[in-house]
Amino acid sequence: MFKQKLLIGLALAVSLVFAGTAYAQTLKIGLKSEPSSMDPHYHNLTPNNMMALYVFDRLILQDSKQNLKPGLAVSWKNVDDLTWEFKLRSGVKWHDGSDFTADDVAFTIGRAPNVPNSPSSLGRYIKQVTGVEVVDALTIRMKTAKPFPLMPTYMSTFGIISKKTGSGATTADYNSGKAMNGTGPFKSVEWVPGDRIVYKRNENYWGNKPEWSDIIVKPLSNNSSRVAALLAGDVDMIDFVPTADIETLKKNDKVSISQTVSNRVIYLHIDTARDKSPFVTDINGKPMDKNPLKDLRVRKAISKAINRKGIVEKVMEGVAIPAGQLLPDGFFAISPNLKVEPYDPEGAKALLKEAGWGDGFGLTIQGPNNRYVNDAKIVQAIAQMLTRIGIKTKVDTMPKNVFFPRGSKLEFSLMLVGWGAGSGEPSSPLGSLLHTYDKSKGFGSSNRGRFSNAELDAALEEALATVDRKKHGDLLIKATEIGINNLGIIPLHFQVNTWATRKGLKYDARTDEQTLAVGVKTAN
Amino acid sequence: MQSGLVLLVMSLLVFVGVFAIGNPVDILINPDADQAEIERAIKALGLDKPMWEQYWIFLVNALQGDLGRSFVFNIPALQLIWQRMPATLELAAFAMFLAIFMGLPLGMIAGLKPGSWIGRTIMTGSILGFSLPTFWVGLMMILLFAVYLGWLPASGRGETVDLFGVPVSFLTLNGLSHLLLPAINLALFKLSLTIRLARAGTREAMLMDYVKFAKAKGLSNARVILVHVFKNIMIPVVTVLGLELGNVIAFSVVTETIFAWPGMGKLIIDSINVLDRPVIVAYLLMTVTMFIVINLVVDVIYSLLDPRVRLGDLKS
Repeated sequence: MFKQKLLIGLALAVSLVFAGTAYAQTLKIGLKSEPSSMDPHYHNLTPNNMMALYVFDRLILQDSKQNLKPGLAVSWKNVDDLTWEFKLRSGVKWHDGSDFTADDVAFTIGRAPNVPNSPSSLGRYIKQVTGVEVVDALTIRMKTAKPFPLMPTYMSTFGIISKKTGSGATTADYNSGKAMNGTGPFKSVEWVPGDRIVYKRNENYWGNKPEWSDIIVKPLSNNSSRVAALLAGDVDMIDFVPTADIETLKKNDKVSISQTVSNRVIYLHIDTARDKSPFVTDINGKPMDKNPLKDLRVRKAISKAINRKGIVEKVMEGVAIPAGQLLPDGFFAISPNLKVEPYDPEGAKALLKEAGWGDGFGLTIQGPNNRYVNDAKIVQAIAQMLTRIGIKTKVDTMPKNVFFPRGSKLEFSLMLVGWGAGSGEPSSPLGSLLHTYDKSKGFGSSNRGRFSNAELDAALEEALATVDRKKHGDLLIKATEIGINNLGIIPLHFQVNTWATRKGLKYDARTDEQTLAVGVKTAN
Repeated sequence: MQSGLVLLVMSLLVFVGVFAIGNPVDILINPDADQAEIERAIKALGLDKPMWEQYWIFLVNALQGDLGRSFVFNIPALQLIWQRMPATLELAAFAMFLAIFMGLPLGMIAGLKPGSWIGRTIMTGSILGFSLPTFWVGLMMILLFAVYLGWLPASGRGETVDLFGVPVSFLTLNGLSHLLLPAINLALFKLSLTIRLARAGTREAMLMDYVKFAKAKGLSNARVILVHVFKNIMIPVVTVLGLELGNVIAFSVVTETIFAWPGMGKLIIDSINVLDRPVIVAYLLMTVTMFIVINLVVDVIYSLLDPRVRLGDLKS
């Protein structure tokens, strides 16, 4: 009797050991930010869009360098200037076992822009679609009012949901898991807000099957805690490794680092529009009726006064790349003519003198202190550099929840901001930051310096209506060159995205800052 | 009546304060959004109306028990807070438990033997507990126990089991191991406070006539200390710890952030970061209510501990 019990106990112990090896296929990820919902269309913001990708495929996917690749659509083309046709992948099953068809795509197009109470909707990427035509079960056509070259890019921004499950489903149904029926590489298991998100591998996935049978995502917003959790083995991988810790982690033989340049440019926005700018003073700090920032030579002087290499090496600890335009090399429509402005304080002083500001003037630079990597320190460094050429610069940093509303109300003269091009091409920063502020056309919504140049506007608008890819790209390059040469913004550097994993894992580092479990592999 | 007024003033202050900081849509929206989309979002969240009207709508709904929906999560603010409350209450209760059951004996020992090495060691320890900043101690504890020694996990809540429908983690080993570090971190300050209060109370009580009388009566030392002294030092301890309990529940922000503990403290700090006004207002209103209730409970415990309070009530 006793022996029998012992045997059973032994068997149990053995099965536990095997359970242990299966457990090794679990990937635990510690992330800086947490999504506000599981609904793929509720909140159009990176943490939400990223987590949605685990469960919901898109028509078109972006690879780790943001090049478009087939997703649920295997091919796409212009039937005519105003019609895009998408051929859909056959044999794709929803997690509940039903077939994926064009009706699901049409249903998604109708739902995604219209989620009730959405604080940021996907309408931006869908409103160009004036009509949807389901040709057959695996072919769908989308009509536009104008030629629309960005259609494939925009179709890579939102997840496709099932018509069957999605009909009548609310955001709450997605949060509870009831409506979480996708075609993606992982099935949703549970979401405990603030604590964890759990996924299971979709064994019937149409694409490359991920290595991990189970995924646990933990929100770890504090930088030091996130690093500690990795070192303690609580998680296998973390995103947004603080720059100060990267060198130490590189020396740690239990940790690997994966890095790539980001699509996020850090830049200065300048009040180029008003004659009287709120934070421009004379050299003695008295308010002034003239705004020297309107003068291109003064802006040029500011750009020359900034030691980008110094900022990258000293402030960013080498984890950034000096910038001369809106997106780093390797992206679509990069100008070959734009170079990083060299550090030239003497040239800057000469330019100031030429512009009639040889005695200098006073200025305040504003920036956030909890939004971008080392943001407040960069602002301080720039203020010192500007003061050195005679522009007496004060520093004012604030939390992002104060900074952005004030910036949008045009309360600043010179500010540090960042822009991540989610679309992976320059029309997004051109349209939002450099095109003339134009409410009716929907341009310039983040143009906080109100830069305005008719030539740039024309080039960009033409580009956005040119379907020919080569011509489209050339026009974007032209618009970029006008904007940068006129210093509508002053680019500083591109961030470098850094992930840390436990030794033995490798992450296919993404330019768009997203952490996707499908990109994590065991390195052999 | 008074409490109602406090709540009203509180809600108005927070409302105006958050309104003055700025428009949450500027932070919540995707930077890619155009002006039409920004306007749509402002309208969807009801932020297009003038401030007084927004406040009026809030008041009318609040009287019906609806404190508004979170801008970020689109979930009723109260429901959001209830979701996170068990985690915080558990952490707070465990921390207070540590503080009281370690603090009282240590404080009494220090009070009984003030000059001895043990008494001095305890007092020095309590000074450290007072003066070291919580976030630093927390990080050092993670570094020591999680990273170097690997005994305990660095963050998160771990396994939970449902107790009367509420998820708790102290009943599983895994959950308990997650709970230990944050609870100690949170308890450290209260522990030091309890030690000091207990020590001061003990020293004072030992000189009192009733202690001398009890000793003269021939009662054992243990009975004198555990019954007579103990009861008398409890009054200041209960008062202060009562209020501290409120603090631990409502503002354990630092500990919860460092240990990624999914409680209310983390919720409020995240909500402030994105100006999620309904959650901020609901949270602070709830906090005020909680403090009012705690004060009431403390008063009741007083009268249980000290017969004089009850007599005083009768006379007046």
